[in-house]
Amino acid sequence: MSKISLKNLSHSYLKSQVNKEDWALRNINIDWNDGGAYALLGPSGCGKTTLLNIISGLIDPTEGQILFNEEDVTNKNPVERNIAQIFQFPVIYDTMTVFDNLAFPLKNRGISEQEIKNKVEEIAEMLELTSTLHNRASGLTADGKQKISLGRGLVRSDVNVIMFDEPLTVIDPHLKWILRSKLKELHQKINRTMIYVTHDQTEALTFADQVVVMHEAEIVQIGTPVELFEKPRHTFVGHFIGSPGMNILPCKIDNGTISLNGNKLETKIDIKNNSFSKTEVGIRPEFIEFNESGLPVKIIKVSNTGRHKIIDTVSESGKIKVIAKSSTNIPTGSAYLNFKKDYTYVYGDNWIIE
Amino acid sequence: MSLELRSVEKKVGQETHIYETNLKFEKNTINVLLGSTLAGKTTLMQIMAGLDKPTNGEIWFNEKNVTGVKVQKRNVSMVYQQFINYPNFNVYDNIASPLKITGVDSNEIKNRVGKVAELLKLSPMLNKRPNELSGGQQQRTALARALVKDSDLILLDEPLANLDFKLREELREELPKLFEDRDCIVVYATTEPSDALLIGGYTATLLEGKIVQHGKTLEVYNKPNSLQSAQVFSDPPMNIAKIKKEGDVCSLISDQLSWKVHSKLKDGEYKVGIRPHNITTYKEGSNSLEISGKVLISELSGSESLIHFTNGDLNWVSLSNGIHQKNVGEQTKLFMNSDEFLYFDETNKLVNNV
Repeated sequence: MSKISLKNLSHSYLKSQVNKEDWALRNINIDWNDGGAYALLGPSGCGKTTLLNIISGLIDPTEGQILFNEEDVTNKNPVERNIAQIFQFPVIYDTMTVFDNLAFPLKNRGISEQEIKNKVEEIAEMLELTSTLHNRASGLTADGKQKISLGRGLVRSDVNVIMFDEPLTVIDPHLKWILRSKLKELHQKINRTMIYVTHDQTEALTFADQVVVMHEAEIVQIGTPVELFEKPRHTFVGHFIGSPGMNILPCKIDNGTISLNGNKLETKIDIKNNSFSKTEVGIRPEFIEFNESGLPVKIIKVSNTGRHKIIDTVSESGKIKVIAKSSTNIPTGSAYLNFKKDYTYVYGDNWIIE
Repeated sequence: MSLELRSVEKKVGQETHIYETNLKFEKNTINVLLGSTLAGKTTLMQIMAGLDKPTNGEIWFNEKNVTGVKVQKRNVSMVYQQFINYPNFNVYDNIASPLKITGVDSNEIKNRVGKVAELLKLSPMLNKRPNELSGGQQQRTALARALVKDSDLILLDEPLANLDFKLREELREELPKLFEDRDCIVVYATTEPSDALLIGGYTATLLEGKIVQHGKTLEVYNKPNSLQSAQVFSDPPMNIAKIKKEGDVCSLISDQLSWKVHSKLKDGEYKVGIRPHNITTYKEGSNSLEISGKVLISELSGSESLIHFTNGDLNWVSLSNGIHQKNVGEQTKLFMNSDEFLYFDETNKLVNNV
């Protein structure tokens, strides 16, 4: 097991780079600690697959280094890096038994038959595959097959890191939680470094202790699920995490006063003046309340989702969504909003100001 | 304007795909067909459109029997789950295509395409081909084509299913607005209860070829007529447990848990249905019950936590606001809001909300 560090890593698929957009990855710096559960989260096109391929050695980065336990492996090939990878679709041998599939990564490595048997049985037990060990893999359901793929990734104890690339894509939505639970449990048991790549926030936040959010070739935040929800460090994180996402409204900063179209706003930050080309206030719909005074808005629409109400309002600074309990009486026509001070953030050119 | 299915039935060979169905949709309404895959949503829509004939029964449109009238003779638009556009046409020509066929003059076409494109935020892309667009834009183009002619009936068959989470959120919000000022009937098929709740209007719950319940969306959700309807309209799935009622006390058969009720219901065995959001990590309602269990997994969606746990011999699922991380295998305590319990008798009919 290893600590994995990426240092000043950038990558471009083009021969020469002029603009920011020419880069698929820009200045990635990150330490994945030994034994950690990480997720790499972002929409399609954000660069997460490029990053995964650089770690596994399928792509040479244009700039920067990859270190495994402080050793530079940037120029090593995928085999030398010793990584287990689990893909979207099950990669298994249909004609082999479940046992042979799980044993495959261990064979030809000079491991004794007995040791292979012990290891395979241990993994099969964890994945609840014991009863099917001697069946052919071809007869299994999609989730059964994907469990074997997981097992093949987990069976070797000498790998540096286990990487998952959207591993639950083929799993029926109603069964996903079972495999999520299994993965989580496995990580708790075997404590290996695991990196889980996905565009799905539930997958990422459920699996990982630390989530790395990517947007347009950059890392925009590394944090726990709670941090991503309660304190997004970039407007993209606010928008992408949560449903509906964070309200982002243009604001003015003048001599320490933050205002939305003339309405003074209380926040925890202390900023005198700024040199940003764009300043915005971010507040999640969960942290807004109706009150007797505050920011004036008009109520546009109230949707009752059965468990809460989502209220669409519009202020002079733009649309604001509010989430309230189903039992809350929502004013009609005009209303006033209060933002919870502890969860009101200010962003300069999309990054949080502290 | 109205659309009516009178005693419609559909058989394929010996197999019944749609059991006798009576449904009436009124002018200017959005009607959600809610049910899992293979529940019969698409078959019903094809019958409504005239793409398929019922084995028995009649379709009436505007008080006229249109059974057997071909789709070409009806004023119908349909949008599918897959993004269907003409690959060789640009966005403008894709949207204009239904008007060109019917010989609308070119100024009128320009005018109408322009308006619809504006509404669906496609104006900057009119000269692009579908393969140059994102999935969301491709589906917007298909929607624009459905809207550009003044159809009496617009059928949307899981139009958001192939979109990323955030695009889905955005388009789902816009959809009801698109139909606000139109003289038409909209039918929207989906597998997702949250789609139905956010779209509003009317909902018909569908299970294995049968309409279980039809009414205003929130009424169907709050007062399901049966356990089946409640199950179709609950995601994550509703928790169902057997209970015994003796005097004014109800108790779970699988656990020690009991609570007081004030009901004229006769003593005996019932089933209680508890929606996941009525089991939370915090107390809600005036009659909160504590339930303990072993955590299977806590799934985090960004702003909410789904905690799966076992109690007695049942698996339970709870849904709380905010991020609540729990370890797999951890013992936990949660609170159930017994004010919101639904009770069903031995025939699975809703008896009352005690």
